[in-house]
Amino acid sequence: MDDVPIMEARGIYRSFHGIYALEDINLKVYPGEIHAICGENGAGKSTLMNILSGSLIPDKGEIYFEGARRIFKSPKDAQVLGISIVHQELNLCPNLSVAENIFIGNTPVKSFEIVDKKKMVRDSLSVLEKFNADIDPNEIVGNLSVSRQQMVEIAKASSMNCKVLILDEPTSALTENEVEVLFKNLDMLRKNNIAILYISHRLNEIFRICQKVTVLRDGKFIRTDKVKDVTQEDVIASMVGRKLNQIYPEKGRSGSNVMLEVDNLSHKKVYDNISFKLYDGEILGIFGLMGAGRTEVARGICGIDPVDSGEVRLFGKKLSLNNVGQAIENGLVYITEDRKTQGLFLNMKIKDNIISSTLKKVSKMGMVKNDLTDELSTKYVEMMNTKYRSLDQLVINLSGGNQQKVLLAKWLSVEPRVLVLDEPTRGIDVGAKFEIHQMLRSLCNSGHGIIVISSELPEILGLCDRILIMCQGRIVGEMNWEEATEEKIMGYASGTKISM
Amino acid sequence: MEKENKSLNSKRSFFRRIFAFREASILLIIFLLIILMIFFVPGFMTASNITTTLIGLSMDAILAIGMTVVLVLGGIDLSVGAIMAFSSVVAGTLMIKGMNAWLACLIAILLSAAAGCFVGELITKIGLFPFITTLAMMQISRGLAYILTQGSPISTGSISKSFEAIGQGSILGIPNPVLILLVLVIIFDYLLRNSLKFRQVYYTGSNEKAAKLSGINTDKVKLYVYILSATLAGLAGIITLSRFNVATPTAGNGAETRAIAGAVIGGASFTGGQGTVFGALLGIILVGLVNNALVLLNVSVYWQSLVSGVVLLLAVVADVYAHLRGKN
Repeated sequence: MDDVPIMEARGIYRSFHGIYALEDINLKVYPGEIHAICGENGAGKSTLMNILSGSLIPDKGEIYFEGARRIFKSPKDAQVLGISIVHQELNLCPNLSVAENIFIGNTPVKSFEIVDKKKMVRDSLSVLEKFNADIDPNEIVGNLSVSRQQMVEIAKASSMNCKVLILDEPTSALTENEVEVLFKNLDMLRKNNIAILYISHRLNEIFRICQKVTVLRDGKFIRTDKVKDVTQEDVIASMVGRKLNQIYPEKGRSGSNVMLEVDNLSHKKVYDNISFKLYDGEILGIFGLMGAGRTEVARGICGIDPVDSGEVRLFGKKLSLNNVGQAIENGLVYITEDRKTQGLFLNMKIKDNIISSTLKKVSKMGMVKNDLTDELSTKYVEMMNTKYRSLDQLVINLSGGNQQKVLLAKWLSVEPRVLVLDEPTRGIDVGAKFEIHQMLRSLCNSGHGIIVISSELPEILGLCDRILIMCQGRIVGEMNWEEATEEKIMGYASGTKISM
Repeated sequence: MEKENKSLNSKRSFFRRIFAFREASILLIIFLLIILMIFFVPGFMTASNITTTLIGLSMDAILAIGMTVVLVLGGIDLSVGAIMAFSSVVAGTLMIKGMNAWLACLIAILLSAAAGCFVGELITKIGLFPFITTLAMMQISRGLAYILTQGSPISTGSISKSFEAIGQGSILGIPNPVLILLVLVIIFDYLLRNSLKFRQVYYTGSNEKAAKLSGINTDKVKLYVYILSATLAGLAGIITLSRFNVATPTAGNGAETRAIAGAVIGGASFTGGQGTVFGALLGIILVGLVNNALVLLNVSVYWQSLVSGVVLLLAVVADVYAHLRGKN
């Protein structure tokens, strides 16, 4: 590890509307190390990364790169020096090939500016080989899985003589296996003396692969430590400014009344013979690696996507399949994993979001009533402890955690009896996560049926009372929380152990 | 967190101001324009000029009502001008054949609605793009209008006094087409703001997937919106027929572009989820006033289209800047 930082930020300030998003941030990044940036949503991580990669210009402060002061007026200025950023939402052209994407910025040409396709494919192959990625450079990017698309994006960054690589929540859409591959690649890049800035909520990952960790809170620099000198609890405490002595709410006790019964549900090539029961008083977790079919099963149960055969019974009443309206009316709701594109109306007001599935309740004679709308939305937004200024606020302007709370509030306003939550805490900060877990537990205690789908093992273990594990469209394991361990669950999920 | 919320708050109130601003600012521009025209454009403040101008823009405005709803849905309907011609030609032809005028109108409007229904089914069931589907429907309807009339206007003669009253009569000095427009604007503006069904159009236009998951039957919503748009176009065709006693296959030529322009100037967005009927009316009036000024100032009619385009561009550019300022 060198003693000279490749990149340094000194006294960075940046404000929006006269409010500081960043105040006096100092950061030193050394070559050959993975440096984690932690903080709750709204702590200023993204703003800082946008400044370091040239997308935003700081109000005050200096950036040094390889010892010289630099001023970035655009992302191009930073890229030329070798600073690349891979955003959480990938920036690829889905209709173009892998090779065309990798060389989008510096396409090789023959005479008369004709694209040298052969060279482009050859060079792409050599870049991809470095990552041990078995990806055809001629493949259309839109046909690749998310993890492979991400790999293409990292390959693209590293093809541009990258010296500092910024990754924003790189594992949020990946399965455990894919995360392993990513870590291997990041480690390889690190050994090639590249500095990596790694933004993540997942402390486990940070403690596994990062050497340094910097915590931001409310736009201020809190601390930078060597990872080996601190514990996860220390980092969490600095992020939220308080010690979290209990990370998950208390466990419940499964009752004997069946709330939801799924019988031999099948959908060709996606899932097969899914049967399980949900009892009162329990939070049932469904774990599975990506492609296991968890989301598809949930959508099938809740009437969103068609099903080939099988039955769903809610409190003994048979539901007609592929009828989402009926499922909602009967009190069975599916809360999507993808709040931005499938859950919320981002450009609409908080209250319009809340009433979107309860329009009838706030209408009289076919007209939506403002007073009823305000009353209903206030009730549920408050119940979720959402931070907001006005019900007229647009949802797009809320932080991730508060958006998730609005999504939950929306579905609680339906007064559901069974909630199926798909990745209910994806991409939100530790504090909001805990609040949502507590809310789920109290809903469960007050007689609601709760099914939680999650890719986060700690969440499954910490929150759920009973766990179903899916692999390749089948339920391959079931266990109570007392007997469950990360290793056991992964064993089932990866298909190495099949019982039942 | 506290700080983030504060900054968000100022952002929100800014957005709120824009939306309240949109209609108010166009209204202000219209008032200023009227004052300028009173002083500088001879012949503007005469009863006949104002009446003709209002009747002239009322057809476009009726189409703009439907267009606004389609734009809120996140779609587009290029067929409205042609369906207007189709409707007037169908009704005219049936009347000449001796059919009762009102029955002929009913059939013409039902056929227009059927055209909208066909478009809606193609868009929802097969998943065709609204732009292409309504472009095809535009050519089909216009083609049918030409076929039925053999390409030249057909005169119905004076068939029924009560039918002629729709386009030619007036109540308290206000021409009936303008009255019909006002009634439609009031009804649809209120419904778009308040009714449950139209709220579903906003949800579908804002985020179709989320709307679907919320239990909204988005296909049905889309289907009804295209039927509504075509039905209003059919009605506009009937009013034109009644006004001139002539069914013209070229009626409503280019009206779809004027309706889109009016709706967009009035605040509708191509990305869906935004727009009001009142705003669309103001947009149509603004363009109508500018064109009227050009006519009265003896500027060649060829300038009208150019000037309308410039007004549209100014409106959308102003909109983009307002949003940019809101974001930064």
